[in-house]
Amino acid sequence: MNRADDRAPALGTVSPGLEHRLHELWEGEGGLKGFLSTVDHKKIGLRYIVTAFTFLLLGGIEALIMRLQLAGPNAHLLSPEQYDQLFSTHGMTMIFLYASPILSGFSNYLWPLILGTRDMAFPRVNALSYWIYLASGIFLYVGFLTGNGPNDGWFNYVPYALRDFNPGMNQDFYSLGMVLLGTSTTVGAANFIVTAMRTRAPGMSINRAPMLLWGTLTANVANLLVVPAVSLAFFLLWLDRQFGTHFFDVRAEGQPLLWQHLFWIFGHPWVYAIVLPAMAFVSDALPVFCRRPLVGYPLVALSTVATMVLGFGVWVHHMFATGLPALGMSFFSAASIAIVVPSSVTIFSWLATIWHGRPVVTTAFMFFASTIILFVIGGVSGFMTASVPVDWQLTDTYFVVAHLHYVLIGINLFPVLGAIYFWFPKMTGRLLDERLGRWNFWLIFIGFNLAFLPMHLTGLFGMPRRVYTYGPDMGWNTLNLITSVGSFVIAIGVVLLLVNVVKSRRSGALAGPNPWGAHTLEWSIPSPPPPYNFALIPAVASRHPLWEAELHEEVRSSLDRGLMLDKGKETLGTTPLDALPDMILRMPEDTVAPFVLTLGLALLFTGMILKVWLLMLAGALVLTASLLVWLWPRRELREREPAHG
Amino acid sequence: MIGSTPLGYLQAAGERAHAILALTWFTLAVSILVCVVIAVLLWRAVTRARAHGGAAETRAVPVERGPKALRWIGVGVSISAVPLIITLIWTMVTLAATSGPPPDTHLTLDVTGHQWWWEVHYDAAQPDQSFTTANEIHIPVNTRVLVRLRGADVIHSFWVPKLAGKTDTIPGQTNLAWLQASAAGRYLGQCTEYCGWQHAHMALEVVAESPQDFQRWRAQQLQPAQTPTAPTAQHGLQVVEFRCGLCHQVRGTLAASHVGPDLTHLMSRHMIASGMLPNTAGALSGWIEAAQGIKPGSQMPDQNLSAEELSDVVAYLETLQ
Repeated sequence: MNRADDRAPALGTVSPGLEHRLHELWEGEGGLKGFLSTVDHKKIGLRYIVTAFTFLLLGGIEALIMRLQLAGPNAHLLSPEQYDQLFSTHGMTMIFLYASPILSGFSNYLWPLILGTRDMAFPRVNALSYWIYLASGIFLYVGFLTGNGPNDGWFNYVPYALRDFNPGMNQDFYSLGMVLLGTSTTVGAANFIVTAMRTRAPGMSINRAPMLLWGTLTANVANLLVVPAVSLAFFLLWLDRQFGTHFFDVRAEGQPLLWQHLFWIFGHPWVYAIVLPAMAFVSDALPVFCRRPLVGYPLVALSTVATMVLGFGVWVHHMFATGLPALGMSFFSAASIAIVVPSSVTIFSWLATIWHGRPVVTTAFMFFASTIILFVIGGVSGFMTASVPVDWQLTDTYFVVAHLHYVLIGINLFPVLGAIYFWFPKMTGRLLDERLGRWNFWLIFIGFNLAFLPMHLTGLFGMPRRVYTYGPDMGWNTLNLITSVGSFVIAIGVVLLLVNVVKSRRSGALAGPNPWGAHTLEWSIPSPPPPYNFALIPAVASRHPLWEAELHEEVRSSLDRGLMLDKGKETLGTTPLDALPDMILRMPEDTVAPFVLTLGLALLFTGMILKVWLLMLAGALVLTASLLVWLWPRRELREREPAHG
Repeated sequence: MIGSTPLGYLQAAGERAHAILALTWFTLAVSILVCVVIAVLLWRAVTRARAHGGAAETRAVPVERGPKALRWIGVGVSISAVPLIITLIWTMVTLAATSGPPPDTHLTLDVTGHQWWWEVHYDAAQPDQSFTTANEIHIPVNTRVLVRLRGADVIHSFWVPKLAGKTDTIPGQTNLAWLQASAAGRYLGQCTEYCGWQHAHMALEVVAESPQDFQRWRAQQLQPAQTPTAPTAQHGLQVVEFRCGLCHQVRGTLAASHVGPDLTHLMSRHMIASGMLPNTAGALSGWIEAAQGIKPGSQMPDQNLSAEELSDVVAYLETLQ
């Protein structure tokens, strides 16, 4: 073990010398090696965002093709097999490869900046989490592009997913890909939790943290608890398929319902995990445009946690039609109805913040404010499905499809688009164009509601989910045509966003450190931030470090004078609740170990899918070697050392 | 508009569906009201806006602490709680009324979901009073019918929206549902759990009829198939026994397999191929010759019969009244 470095860190002010020293310490290598070895949370965060957005575009294209097929009755654009793979891949892509990773991306990029620190707690784990996510996305899409995409919906019920009914490689790709992706989510979740607990700037007690901390932390505690359930389910599925085990095989008294429980005990908390951080975007950014603090911060924070806690007790509402006992279902029905309460706390907090603020209508504001009504529409339709008898009619019809799109687009995509407009200047130093932004907003907003509001009616008129076509006499023709038109309007809006991003990156107005006059720490540093984020570790005295003068706070955060920590690649470790200074954290240098480890994993999984033992062996060797290199105790690398002996 | 939606559930024709429909309308009305109220509040809140524009306009508006406004949350949540509690109680009452099969059922059906058709068995105390048919369920009107649901291969879901909500048919377990129709008529049903390629084409029909008509239908279904008299039909029977009999049953003949639908009284049914085609001679010929073109992936293979064989088979099938 290394000898503890018990020096007291020096206080100081910003000087060109300090900035230069920090730059030397934190600036990564360029070139390919730098690209593969970086552990900078900002680069990793941006990669997450770009990758997840690419998957959003792919999932969107899949949706457009499906909407062409469904635009009219008895269409033959797609065969049933093609349609099945498209809708399954669309669900997998949007839910697993877009909705969660995009939020991980934003949190990855933003957390150290809003928390006033220099990186995530485990930067190499952060890189690993990204590389495995990328590898699993490629793995799953190699399956899709070779005709082996998932074909049983994203929740993949057995027995249809078993070999008897699904002899191709489709389910092997899906199950192995999901196990791989689960690894990424799990290590990422552990990293978020430790980062939240140990690296907040001194003084940023838990009741002063931005809502994004509450949202992402809550989501990742849930991920850590529930992702093992789904990874296990997919692993058991793979064993049933490849080794003839009988977890789900009815003829050997396996249980199809076991799959559903394992999947949904993951799946429903997951739904909250992919909206809570996005809701936190709104809670943090909406007040900036309302020029006042959020109404009821403690209530909103607590309701975030309450939503998640209740969210663990609602999974059976996906299974109301499976013949479970009524008494058991009544519990889950009640919990699903009760979860409306914390959601409504958030809704009314946002409404009050706008009402009692002085809103400035920007594109970002429009995305955030419209989230409120989309959330309510998605919420009330969810409330309807929470009632067991009502759900017996609604479930597995297009009503549920409409509901889940209001939830996922309304409370994930809309806040994400708002977040792009809001934080793009921080990430690039340039503002997005507001005129294009308005077009962008209105096209997506109108297209979305055109596509999905009438879809509730399609559901009430009885159209079942997951049908590749429908007859002309069902009363669904006009509604489906409207939905298809709406989907293409959304597509035009998304293209405009891309145009805006490309154009503004080159020639957008310069942003400066704090273009919106916002209140959190990320706006106290240059845009884009330097590699070390903060030259001085700030000391935080309130919930709004940059608004203290305007709000006439009695306290002042210290941003100009703070810990320098320039003796190495270091940042400050603080205590979990009060964020008192606790220790100096030695941060790791760039390394290719996470990338090589991921290569080994990818090789191993490729060997598993192709059943080539040599490849698996090679993968396992690379994996082990990179782990050894990564974890080998090194004298110069002190992971932690107490600040005071 | 609603009248032309055979699978729509905003109309009910049985007591179970009626009980659910009332609660559905209530929750739907509450939902719409909530959306309208929030939309109006949001609209009013935004239109108080100080400015429109971008970053410069935002920075120009000074930050103020503003009122605490916690009343919004208190009042909002309190008002929201009222419909929630009503819904919760109403849900429990409806659940108790509609979930378990009532004790006074007068008819028991065993319905098994197959990829992609429905096997329907009428259970009776004496074996000679029970029989099997497919895709078309007859029930007497105003009678509670117990339905035992099983899955033959993968999970399907049994749904006749005008009469009741969904219950899954899951391999390895028997789920119970019940039906009751208050008015005579034909009610469309559909599989609603994704089950593979032809999930879209897995419909069924429930025919609710007067008790007399039902008894007549039942007596007829109990009969074995009549021996054909016309030479073409006789030849057709030979082909049916030799080829179709590998999967299908025609009671009273050598065709006695249970893989596919029972054909004993095929012509008494309204549709074939699980609601995909009308039961006409033309559709039957097309289905027999090119099932894979019509319903890809179905278990029914293309038969490649000669023209003469095909017309004889259809001639025979048409005798199966």
